Amino acid sequence: MARSVTTQRKTLNTALAWGIGLVIFFPILWTILTSFKTEAQAIADPPVWFFFDWTLENYRVVQERSNYNRFLWNSIIIAGGSTILGMIIAIPAAWSMAFVPSNRTKDILLWMLSTKMLPAVGVLYPIYLIFIQLGLLDTRIGLTIILMLINLPIMVWMLYTYFKEIPGEILEAARMDGAGLREEILYVLTPMAIPGIASTVLLNIILAWNEAFWTLNLTAARAAPLTAFIASYSSPEGLFYAKLSAASTMAIAPILILGWFSQKQLVRGLTFGAVK
Amino acid sequence: MSTKASRFSARLMLAPAVILLLGWMLVPLTLTLIFSFQRYLPLRGGFQGWVGFENYARFVSSSAFWPAIQATVIIVGGVLLITVILGILLAILLDQPMWGQGIVRILVIAPFFVMPTVSGLVWKNMFMDPNNGLLSHLWRYFGADPVIWLSDASMLSIILIVSWQWLPFATLILLTAIQSLDSEQLEAAEMDGAPALSRFWHIILPHLSRAITIVILIQTIFLLAIFAEIFVTTQGSFGTRTLTYLIFQRVLESQNVGLGSAGGIYAVILANIFALLLMRIVGKNLDR
Repeated sequence: MARSVTTQRKTLNTALAWGIGLVIFFPILWTILTSFKTEAQAIADPPVWFFFDWTLENYRVVQERSNYNRFLWNSIIIAGGSTILGMIIAIPAAWSMAFVPSNRTKDILLWMLSTKMLPAVGVLYPIYLIFIQLGLLDTRIGLTIILMLINLPIMVWMLYTYFKEIPGEILEAARMDGAGLREEILYVLTPMAIPGIASTVLLNIILAWNEAFWTLNLTAARAAPLTAFIASYSSPEGLFYAKLSAASTMAIAPILILGWFSQKQLVRGLTFGAVK
Repeated sequence: MSTKASRFSARLMLAPAVILLLGWMLVPLTLTLIFSFQRYLPLRGGFQGWVGFENYARFVSSSAFWPAIQATVIIVGGVLLITVILGILLAILLDQPMWGQGIVRILVIAPFFVMPTVSGLVWKNMFMDPNNGLLSHLWRYFGADPVIWLSDASMLSIILIVSWQWLPFATLILLTAIQSLDSEQLEAAEMDGAPALSRFWHIILPHLSRAITIVILIQTIFLLAIFAEIFVTTQGSFGTRTLTYLIFQRVLESQNVGLGSAGGIYAVILANIFALLLMRIVGKNLDR
């Protein structure tokens, strides 16, 4: 029996939810709007809402003045690189634990999770020192490795929960038909695992893109991604709200769009499969 | 049945992940542990001998320690309180029938995808700035003196910013949990005339208890480590210096590595207490 819902109640729900939703979204909306204003309009009191001369000037200035594209490129390389590298290591590990479990599998999984809980600040100096010794400070490769390592547990876990859902009988049938390990992975497992792999990739790009402890502490001018670039706006000169907004909008737009596609995976990935 | 060969290759496939994470955990942690027993000031003479547990004693007896613990507890507790309570209410609301549910969900979840430096700076400048911030315009509109948020209400400001970032996470997980609730049970209770509040108290809340616990544990682990939000706003001043920020300052700003490392070990122990609790729940889930 379906619950009967009065139109009145539905209207009330709708109004309340949209109201709250817009309040929560407002800082982002305001940032996007401000990025199209002049600096004077950006701080106008009373504030100007939609009716102003929309301008792309801020975007142009940010690009020119700060070499924005290099920071963007760093973000793409670091987030993308750490995800690809991590997947190369995580897929076999998760496959192995999901399909050939041993009595230590559970302990290994939980131990991997525990490495994710290690507070970064507790190992800040050793990593900093190792980076100096190896010449990795302020390099994209160094940051790529660190971000791969901090997200590896999440990747393994997420893939594990997805792989677990693939029925084992299918693999056994393939083995019985004489499929070797390579064929098994290539022709049987991979097609069934692609949705899970795609979700894991998506979530990890988001996490790596927004990571802001190691990116702030291990980069300077050369390898700084967008998180660090935006932080340089914390000691501003003169009027800068519109430019801050333009830089911020460019930094968050790609991830907002990716994020909207990954709501469900977010729950699974960040609760380590405990809530699905 | 897996053959011996396939079991061997399975171990081989697991090895790189295990070795990397083992190295990632053991090497830096061992170094931190070693540094914590040293007097080590890289910019002022470098290594100056072994000092036993002196750094541990000095870290907790320094005048900055208890305020840092207090700031950490207030921020983590405040954010948890706000995100869990609002998250439950919001999840229940979003579960109701309405028009445009998908769009509302997107609006609510969006802050989670904003990088911490952006949300810190947007709030600091465009909302909390005492001269040009939107909140100061609002205050003036009502004839009040604008609040100087980040110095006069620094803790509240940080809690507000971090809660804004984490409310979507709590809401999304609790919403997922609510949606797995058997709706027939709720309908039966509704038809029996159980008022909304008692339905909430006796059916919804018990059903959510596990999800709430998970939200609290995971958020605690991440909130203990918040850094960028403080880095771009108050830089740890006005009482917002958390344990994480204090250790960061000891290690990188004043380059007192021995002292900072002792603090780091404290932070590791603290995080592990919550991590153990979380892993017991997650581990139980694996057995099912």
